[in-house]
Order: sequence, then C-alpha cells, then structure tokens
Amino acid sequence: MTSAVSVEQLSISFPSAKTRFTAVSDVTFSVEEGQTFGLIGPSGCGKTTVLRAIAGLNTGWTGLIDIFGAKLEPGRKITGDTRRNIQMVFQDPYSSLHPRHRIAHILGEPLKVHGAEGIDAAVGIALDRVGLSPALAGRYPHQLSGGQRQRVAIARALLLKPKLLLLDEPTSALDVTVQAEILNLLNDLKASHRMTFILVSHDAGVIGHMCDRGVLMSHGRIARALDRAALSELTEDAVEAAAWDETPGYRGN
Amino acid sequence: MTDALLTVEDLTISFPSDNGPVPVVKSISLTVAREIVAVVGESGSGKSLTGRAIMGLLPCRAHVRASRMLFEGIDLQTLGPAGWNGLRGSGMGLILQDPKFSLNPAHRVGRQVEEALLLHTKLSARERKQRALDMLARVGLPDPERVYASYPAALSGGMGQRVMIAAMLINRPMLIIADEPTSALDRGLQDQVLTLLRSLTEEFGMGLLLISHDLQQVSRYADRVIVMRQGEIVERLPASELAQAQTAYTRGLWAARPSFATYGTRLPVFEDSGRPS
Repeated sequence: MTSAVSVEQLSISFPSAKTRFTAVSDVTFSVEEGQTFGLIGPSGCGKTTVLRAIAGLNTGWTGLIDIFGAKLEPGRKITGDTRRNIQMVFQDPYSSLHPRHRIAHILGEPLKVHGAEGIDAAVGIALDRVGLSPALAGRYPHQLSGGQRQRVAIARALLLKPKLLLLDEPTSALDVTVQAEILNLLNDLKASHRMTFILVSHDAGVIGHMCDRGVLMSHGRIARALDRAALSELTEDAVEAAAWDETPGYRGN
Repeated sequence: MTDALLTVEDLTISFPSDNGPVPVVKSISLTVAREIVAVVGESGSGKSLTGRAIMGLLPCRAHVRASRMLFEGIDLQTLGPAGWNGLRGSGMGLILQDPKFSLNPAHRVGRQVEEALLLHTKLSARERKQRALDMLARVGLPDPERVYASYPAALSGGMGQRVMIAAMLINRPMLIIADEPTSALDRGLQDQVLTLLRSLTEEFGMGLLLISHDLQQVSRYADRVIVMRQGEIVERLPASELAQAQTAYTRGLWAARPSFATYGTRLPVFEDSGRPS
C-alpha cells in the first residue's frame, strides 16, 4: 500500500490576546493513493486548518507532513513538483474567483506562472473537461451561476495535473441538485486523472457518499478514525455531538 | 380551504426581455393556513420570486398577474405603498437567507429587533426593549442583554439568524415567509433553526411558507410540500408521503442528496434544467 499523504503529530497554533491558541494538536493520519479521505467535524474543529497546512497556505505548524514522499517543511513555501501536485478547491465559489478577471485570465494564470505554452487552447480544454462550454472563457465570474463557478474553480485546480486535490467543503454553498452534479464531476475526474482527494466537510451525507476513510475531529484533535463501517454509522447528530465532547486539549472561548 | 391565511390563484410573473416578456412563474396557485408549507425546487424554479411576489417585493420591471391574491381578506394586488408598509413586519414577515446581508451592520441588534414595534405599535421605549429582550430569549439566544447591545458583526451565523427570526416574530405576524432561512448555516445549526421556526409557528399559531432547495430536510419540518420546476408546480403532497412521490422530478430531487448508501454511484441529475450553459 502506498501512502499518498502522511501526517504525524501535526499541531497548529495561532497567536491570540493572552496565550497562543492551539487550533490543531497531535493530529496523525495517512491517506492511501487513489482514495478519498474525509476530515469531518463541526465548525471550529480545526479541519480546514489541517487542510490549509497541507496546502501550504499556512506554514506555522509543527510535526510532519509527507506528500508523495516529499517532506514539507514548516515555515517554508511549497515549491517545484510538490507545488504542482497539491491543489485546492475552496468552499465559496463566489469569493474564490477574482471578480474583475475574465475566466480566461483566471484559468490562464497558473499556466503562465509555470511557463506553459498554448494557454488559450489549454483553457478551452480545461473548461470542456469540467462540462463547461469554452465560450464561457470571455465571461466574468458574476456572469456565471454558483455551480458553474465551482466548476471553474475545479478546472483551475486541475490545470497543473495535481496528484492530490484538497477539497474544502466544495459543495456547501450549492443547491442539492447542483451539489449532485459537482460530486459526480469530482468522482469522474478522480478516476480519469488518478487523483487522491482529501475532503473537508461537516455534512455526513457528503462524507458517506464520497469517502473511503476519514477521521472525525473535535476541538482540534482526532476524536475517532473512521473506516467504511464506521462511516455508515456517522449521522448529522454524531458530527454535531463532537462539538460538545469534553476534550482535555480544548482551550476555546 | 376556508381557514386559509393566504390564497394565491393563477400567479404569473414575467420579466421583459428583448424577445418580449419571459414568464418565470407560470400560473401557480397555493394556499397557506396555520401550517408549514414548503416550496421546494432547484435554482431558477421560481420559488423565491413567488415568495417575494406575495410580500410585494419584486422589482418594478417584473410583471405580476394573478386572478386572486388574498391575505386575511386583503387583496394584495390593490395595495399601495402605505398599505404594504402597514402589512409588512406586522401581518407578514420575511426571513432571508443570510443574516450577514440582511441585518444592518451599522445598527445595534436591539434597534433592529425593535423596529417593527416602533413602526407598528405605540409602546414606550422601555416596553419595546422588554419585548425585544423577551423575544431574543425566546429564540434561544443566551444573554439577551448582551446580544441586544451588540452589533451584527459580533454574532455568529446561527446567532444572526436567530436575531432575524426574533425581529420578524416580535410583532406576532400571521404569516412568515422564510426564503432559504438556513442555507448559510452549518447542518447542525440548520436543524436547530428549523426546529425553532416550527415550534414558534405552532406556539404563535402562524402560517409559515418555507422556501428551500433541500427536499429531504424540509420534509422533516413541513406539513405540506409544493414542488416547483421551471416556474410551474409539478407536484403537491403531504410531507409524510414524499418518499412515495409520483413525479420523476420530485423523486430525483429526493434522491439527489448524497448519503452513505449512494457511495460509488452517480447521483441523479437533471439534464434539461434550463440553466444557461
């Protein structure tokens, strides 16, 4: 079994008024290649914080993060092949696309940064791959529906052919029917691009539908590791109940 | 139904376009009594426009026509601005999706909750404050005094939505229209807010028109469900019979929610949903 991602004793804290606030402490898990791994928990449990550390968006952590054999280093930007391999799709397609840039610009930028050629054609292919007409390249984000915007965000994440896609509540801002379309699209793309997913969600239904394994988080710690059998018993109430568990490490307000 | 609070017959809403008027709600009829009626459909089905038409809140370029639109015996189609002002916030209230955008960030919570009392009653400032504090406590907010004196920015999403509900219910309206009241909230908070809305609806003897895209969720709170698609009502049925819905669309909407049981399968989607491509 190959581990795509392994995270050991990950702790993340932020400075606050009195002391440092520990958002994540002692989180350990590993994700096998080709799987969809769920980080599940109520608001404020630290699941997005873990994802942002893996994405390299927050480098102030301690512990060990290993991605496809490359160790990330705390305090340093992710560069080179590892940077291409890790891409992220954010929760809100209304705020994750630049409102004053056309879709062609938004999708062309990562290619330009990495010095690719034939950008216009690549943008057309990228849109087509997520089920959008290449004619949308000339539009601004506000001229698209929420589902179309999330497709653009997914297209952007796929442009550099990542091996690991980090999904932060990718459908929680969408209608149930649009959510169904996006989840189908993600599963199709995962199969065709041989990707590994880490999915953050508080929705037990989405997790149960998508994930092969996962962990339930509570107050910055792993409350429970979940395999498929345990996922079958995961209910909305169980996710919510994790918010009220008394955990020794909890130093919230 | 004789005890209907709201009766809408043959409501059509259209917007002008270069190719003539485009109907977006097509001749729908519905009634709401002292009960919870859910209007469910995907984006663009016309459910929100229907709610806004009932409140008289559509932009003036929208063309609204109905053979009857009655609320408590008042013909809504003949109301002028003064008539609407007397009705909104007093006889009927609207709860919107996102408290971040529907509360005024520059005013304290107390003032916003009291506003309906200021406009529609002759209560003194002290009585208004007392009523507002009572209402904030009724919607389950801890420490109402502190919330009363806070600005909306200091509230979480769930608290903000409770404040919205308090502001709408303070004048004991007969009818509440809640347009996706929980879609900006976490799932756990969604259930709390819907449970609160249901218990207050029963306690105050109100009618509630609950507009949503999530069929499975509202079915647990509504008495009756009206399913809309592309401006038309495709099915109406008691919430308890949803799992046995007749039309393919309603069944698809029901099955579109992912779950443990749908792992490894494709979720049903509607190809001809009429969205621009």
